[in-house]
Amino acid sequence: MAKSHRRPIEPLLWVLFSGGGVASAMLMPALVFLFGLAFPLGWLPATTYEHLRPVLLHPLTRLVLFGVCMLSLFHWAHRFKYTLYDGLQIKHLNEAVNTFCYGGAVVGSIVAGYVLSRLG
Amino acid sequence: MADRITMQVSRYRPEIESDAQFEEFEVPCPKDWVVLDGLNYVKDQVDGTLSYRWSCRMGVCGSCGMMVNGEPKLTCATFLSDYAPGPVKVEPLRNFPVVRDLVVEIGDFMRKLVSVKPWIIRKEEKPISQGEYLQTPDELDEYKQYSMCINCMLCYSACPVYGLDPGFIGPAAIALAQRYNLDSRDEGAAERQEILSQHEGIWGCTFVGECTEVCPKHVDPAGAIQRYKLTAATDYMKSFILPRGRKADEAKPV
Amino acid sequence: MTGSPIYREHHPKWLRPRMSTWWWLEKWAFVKFILRELSSVFVAWFVVYLLLLFRAVRDGDGAYQNFLAFSANPIVLTVNVVTLFFVVFHALTWFALAPRAMVVHIGKKKVPPFLIGVGNYGGWIMVSAGIFWFLLR
Repeated sequence: MAKSHRRPIEPLLWVLFSGGGVASAMLMPALVFLFGLAFPLGWLPATTYEHLRPVLLHPLTRLVLFGVCMLSLFHWAHRFKYTLYDGLQIKHLNEAVNTFCYGGAVVGSIVAGYVLSRLG
Repeated sequence: MADRITMQVSRYRPEIESDAQFEEFEVPCPKDWVVLDGLNYVKDQVDGTLSYRWSCRMGVCGSCGMMVNGEPKLTCATFLSDYAPGPVKVEPLRNFPVVRDLVVEIGDFMRKLVSVKPWIIRKEEKPISQGEYLQTPDELDEYKQYSMCINCMLCYSACPVYGLDPGFIGPAAIALAQRYNLDSRDEGAAERQEILSQHEGIWGCTFVGECTEVCPKHVDPAGAIQRYKLTAATDYMKSFILPRGRKADEAKPV
Repeated sequence: MTGSPIYREHHPKWLRPRMSTWWWLEKWAFVKFILRELSSVFVAWFVVYLLLLFRAVRDGDGAYQNFLAFSANPIVLTVNVVTLFFVVFHALTWFALAPRAMVVHIGKKKVPPFLIGVGNYGGWIMVSAGIFWFLLR
């Protein structure tokens, strides 16, 4: 009964993980294929700067991209935390692991927000 | 083809040794013999001191779970001839302390089952005079799959999370909780939520999914756990939008 | 003879084998699980890569061309090939498992899990087509 007044954090972390899972699953394959393979290898003509800049600058694009970046980082944080617990069996270092994972996600999200807000 | 097969059986006798070791027995291997038949042959004809649990020998009691060639199986439902020419390795169920030979300590599992309050919880019991609680076939379908569990613990043996952290409440206990949460006659979802939403409750599960793979009764505990995660998460988000208006007992899981 | 006999209960010493650090190599199912979990590392890498792209766009056409050249660097290319594999693996495993977590009811009937899967894959195709259209038109 000791936890009756303390709001559990696990459901929130799981929601972020799930959201990130969906966002990265939906958007990343196409983006990785284009910006990671097709453009550098010349399979498809790379988007020109004149075309890309206005698309990226659109507030809706920036909002969506921020959401994808933030959620994907929290997806990584949650999943990687459990991989460290289960893979390296370092659950006793949980404070360090949590700080590294979720702290990293927070820092990354702030950086993403900053970069995307200062595009123009 | 071969009419005999070698069984490598794990022995552990704490009064004479400090670790388990394998002992080999050659047993007959007729087409219809299961691993349990092999073990019974050893106990009857070769070494009466071999210790193991079994009961119904037809896959409904859940007593005879053991590791057969590294996989958790019901030994009454696993044919010896499938492992011909052998040898076939028989070990006690993984992730549980070994008491002796193939017998494991199951107290932790039993306590976890009880901890999820596996009974119909009503705010107010209906008096007998008002008759039985009625349920449609569709309402039965909602939880029927989860009621098929025979408590054989194969899922706990398959679960690496339980192996790494025995505090984890485990697949069968959560599936059992869902069996009641999804039962239309039950009003106790909020009471179970406290034990399930602990860190060692559902949140320890990383959806490896092996529990469902090894379940002999097709209960799909992994699915039950993920559904409950979604329920708990949805409730949590809702509690921010309507903090006081929502009644806890209306939190019916999806 | 006074008093009752004293019984000392016999508690056998239980054997508790420790789980090896390499437990996940024992079964192919566990290896697949760990690979699925490690896909998240490549998801995080691609976020970093995207931020580098956004910064390049912010800094002008020259910076953007430099970024494209950077993306053609053999090391970066190799990392991104692996990233593509893992990101697709993540998407496939995610959409395969989603119907088991999400049981949707319409009225009293359960939506068949197969349809949830179709919805997910359909959404994936549409989003990908949208991305292609936005970037290649």
